[in-house]
Order: sequence, then structure tokens, then C-alpha cells
Amino acid sequence: MTIDPSRIARFEHGSRIPGWDDAVDLEKDPAGVPDPASTPVPEDLRAEIEAQMARYPDRRSAAIPALYAVQRRYGWCSPEGVEQAACVMRVTPGYLTAVATFYDMLETRPVGRHALYVCTNISCSLCGADELLAALREEVDGDPDFNLRGFECLGACDIAPMASVNGQYVGPIALDEVPELVAQIRAGEPPLPAKQLERRPSADPKAAVHGGGAA
Amino acid sequence: MTDILLLEGIDEPGLATIEGYERRGGYQALRKALRMPQADLVDQLKVSGLRGRGGAGFSMGMKASFLPQGDMQKYVVVNADESEPGTFKDRELMQKNPHQLIEGIVIAAYAVGATKSFIYIRGEYEHQADVLDAAIAEAYARGYLGESVLGSGVTCELHLHRGAGAYICGEETGLLDSLEGKRGNPRLKPPFPANQGLFQGPTLINNVETLSTVPHIVTMGAEEYARIGVQNSSGTKLVSVSGNVRRPGNYEIELGMRSRDIIYGLAGGPPEGRDVKLWFPGGSSSPVLTKDDLDLSYDFDTLAKAGTMLGSGAIIVVDDSNSVVDVCHKLAKFYAHESCGKCTPCREGTSWTVKMVGRIKDGTATPMDLDIMASVQDHIIGNCLCVLGDAMAMPVASMIAKFRGEFEAQIEAARERREQAFLTGVGA
Repeated sequence: MTIDPSRIARFEHGSRIPGWDDAVDLEKDPAGVPDPASTPVPEDLRAEIEAQMARYPDRRSAAIPALYAVQRRYGWCSPEGVEQAACVMRVTPGYLTAVATFYDMLETRPVGRHALYVCTNISCSLCGADELLAALREEVDGDPDFNLRGFECLGACDIAPMASVNGQYVGPIALDEVPELVAQIRAGEPPLPAKQLERRPSADPKAAVHGGGAA
Repeated sequence: MTDILLLEGIDEPGLATIEGYERRGGYQALRKALRMPQADLVDQLKVSGLRGRGGAGFSMGMKASFLPQGDMQKYVVVNADESEPGTFKDRELMQKNPHQLIEGIVIAAYAVGATKSFIYIRGEYEHQADVLDAAIAEAYARGYLGESVLGSGVTCELHLHRGAGAYICGEETGLLDSLEGKRGNPRLKPPFPANQGLFQGPTLINNVETLSTVPHIVTMGAEEYARIGVQNSSGTKLVSVSGNVRRPGNYEIELGMRSRDIIYGLAGGPPEGRDVKLWFPGGSSSPVLTKDDLDLSYDFDTLAKAGTMLGSGAIIVVDDSNSVVDVCHKLAKFYAHESCGKCTPCREGTSWTVKMVGRIKDGTATPMDLDIMASVQDHIIGNCLCVLGDAMAMPVASMIAKFRGEFEAQIEAARERREQAFLTGVGA
């Protein structure tokens, strides 16, 4: 049997190295710390990053907060945004890119503005998370407004299967609630209000004070 | 014997505000602690027998006593990067009773002489981070935090740092690197954080639940606290029960409770007509147990003797409608995704395990693959800077050891399916 080399997926493990296969110009020097004179930074972005830097003994500790600020402003950690943050922090853009590519919540590609993370880890998948993700995929149907992805354990196994809708934890989500949920997100309404984690009482009967207890 | 401390009145409206917490007697433990000499406070923590609730189960008092004495910048770092699959106890504590945690931090910081503290919370917990931010602002306004806590001259600054989604940042040195603004790669140990931690300063790192327990120890006295639970496992523990159970959630138990009473009694057991097939006693990183082990006492030593660990106290129950191969595949995929890639045995071992379990599922595996898989696990354990690789290797190895027959049956069944499909193709 002959093997066709083009069919062998190389570096398929690289979940943590996006951009691994991108073309790189090896002749080019790495970017240095951006020059403030030629890098215009929006005033509010600069103020936010500087305020974060002031909170730590070492300014580089503000890397994640700075990248969050960039992401809030531009929707993702865009090369321009990263360069602006690097300019304020006096580090190289490469330093911040290295940080951005390490963390799951920092987007290094443009994404939809509605973050919809579905936990697909053990506890949730025992309760049907894979089916939930498939149903959501179908309902969202490639809408570029959505950033729908399966996510590792979100720390809410008590409401499995669950999703994080723009940071709001919702669950357990039944398959027939999927159209309603997606419609609510599109309309900018609170997602499935009755199923939000914030309103859930503790499961431990000893903790109940006002006749609360397990749902 | 009391068995509810951390969750007491947790659903009381307004508990998350400083008025609500003070109404329940909050911050009295801090007043009491500030009147005690620092060395006595560390001794109290030792006497209490409190063991870390984050996973390793190391004595908190011992850890605190490892920090050097003297006039230098020391730090307290709170590990709130709760990412161990199955664990969601810290989430509830931070969301519903943030001041209990803050009080614990201030007491611990005073005990070890740290003037700066950080809470490292995982980025996904946005609501909990907002609650904590508000609580920290309240505590500053009331003088529980700041340059002179309650006028005692003790300084305690506290700052919340949000992570951005990486399991490895729950590992203490990975967390420190992340907090310093780098990629969250674990460091070589020693030096341990108690000597050289955050910004090279001596650092006490503890889990949210551990620090939330500290005010209770100060209030009731270490001897009294040590009487709760069993030998070498004192106190109460939050267990997060999830998976195939009827009433998933956080339950506070006295350590030494029978596991069956937790899974069946508190959490309601598997759904009607189903039986427990396997369960993880302490998060997905702990070697699995079967239904024959349900009568084990739930404490650190008993579980260690049974070849597994109490870990973070997250019980994941898998019932007999699930295939152990699927569970193994999910588990291995998680660790392969979260491996930071710094150490070769973990980076390669996790991804090869995923491929081999995948082969078992799609029918291209041979029974020899099981032996290779088991040997890969052997090569990971103990060969990396941190225990992320071990955290996959131990449960995978235990699943192969305990359910080998099922793995082999699945290999054979999948192979037959493939053969049939091939023969049908040839015939057509």
C-alpha cells in the first residue's frame, strides 16, 4: 500500500499552536517594542491598560487584562489592537501574541459577537452535551454573529448540560429549548431566565434557610 | 457534631453583601485573629489539621509555616481557577458568600506576614468575578482591607485577577506565571512557591475552599475543628456530585462519610433502572472506582489506600448505560487539549493516548494497543514538571486495568463492523 503524504495531517495535535501552519517570512526581523510616535492608541484603551498596569508590582502582569480590553474594543485580539496594547505596556507585540494564543478565551481570529460556549466535558457529556452542541450548531446554522464552540469543563456540572451565553451560565438546557435560546440571543434578551445559574438555590438541604433546597 | 460550616445559610438573601455577612457574625473571626500573635495563628492552622481542598491535600498550616520569617515582600495567592472537570464548589462559595473568602484571606495574610494578595479566578466565572469585585470594594470601604486593617496597622491589599481559560493555570506555578503576565507554563520545583513564588517573593497559595474555612477555625478554635471528621482528615468538605445522578450539586459533608451515602443518599443515585458503573472520587484526575468501592469512607487516607485520591472532592458518577471507552476518550481529549506543551511526556503522551483510544472506537486497534497505552501512562507519571500528565495517566491506566474486558470487547466489535463493511464493499 502506498501512502499519499498529502493525506497525513501533520501537527494535528496542535490545539495550542494556532497559526502553526501559517506562512512566515523568515527574512523579516521580529517586531520590536512599538514606537509611541507612530502608533496611535485610542485614549480610553490607553487609560484602561495603564490603570491595570498600576495594580501590579510588574507591568507585564497586566497582559491578560490588556488583551481583554483589546478584545472588548475590537471584538478579537487583532494585530492592530495587540500592537496598541504592546505600545502602552512597552513590550513587543510578539510577547502579547504569545500570551493571547495560550488562552482559550482570547480570540486570535475574528469571531462572532455572541460568545456561546457549550461545555462538552465528562459530566456534561454524560447528560447529553454532545447532542446539545449539535442541535445548537444546526440552529445557529453558520450565523457569523455567533461564536459557538464546544468548551472544556466550565465548572457547572450541576446544571449539565449547560452553556455559557456571553458569560451567563444557563442550564440544564433541554433539546427543545434550543430554538428559544438562540432566538433570545439574537434578540439580545436574557437567555432562558428560569434556567440561569445565578438563581439556582444550593442543592444541600442543610443549607436551605427559607424553604429553598434542591430544584 | 456539626457538619455544616461553609454552606450555612448560603442561600440567605443578601449574604453576598457586607451587611448580610456582618449580620451573620462575619468579620468577628478577623477581629479575634488580629489580637493573636502571628505564630499562634499558624500553630492553630496546624492543629486544626486542615488539608488543602484544591487537590493535593497538603496541610495548610504546614504550608503557611514554610514561608520565611522576616521583613520582605510576601504574597498570598488564592487559587480560584477551578477547572478540574466535575468541580464547582468554589464557584458557589465565591458567588454566594464572597466575604467568607475575603475574611479568610486577610487572616491568612496576617498570619504569614503578607501585605499583598491576589485572587486568580478563571475567566469563565464572569458573574462570580463581578460579585467578588463588588465585595472587595465593600471590604475596602469598611476597613477590612487596606493599609491598616481595622486600625491595627496590619496592611492587606487584595486584587482580583481574571484568567482567560486554561486548565493548567490551576497548577500553582502555572498560575503564578500567568499572574505575572506570561503563558501559564508550570515551573521547575524546587524552589517551591513558599520560598520563591510570585515576583520571586515568598508566596502562600491556597484554594478558595481552604481559605473560606479559615475564619471558622479561628472562631471555633483549632481543637474543636479537629474533632470534626476522622483522623488525618479533619473538618467538613464540599463535594460536588455530578454525572448520572438525580440531584447533582454541592453538598457539605463531614469527612469520613460513607461514599454510598453521598452518592445515593445526598445526590439520589443514578436514574431509575440504572446502576453505578464507575465513579471518580476526586475530579477527573483521580483513578476511577467501581460500584464495589461504594462503601469506602470518604476521606483522604481511605481513598489513598484504595489507590485513588480525594482530590478536589468532585464525584463524577457514570452509570451502566455508558461505555467506558467513550469516557476514556473524553478524558484523554481534555488533557491533550489542556497540556501546555512544555514537557514532552505529557504533550506527546496525552495526544497519543487520544489517538489510541480513537482507534479503539473506530475499529483499527488491536489488543496490543491496550498494552502500549498502559505503558505510555507509565512513562508520563512522575516525568514532568507538573502533574497534568499524571492526571490523565492515572485515571486512564485505572480504567484499562479495571475494565480491560470491555475495552477488548469494543476493539473486537468495532473490528468486526469494519470487516463486514469491507466485505460488503468487495461483494458489491
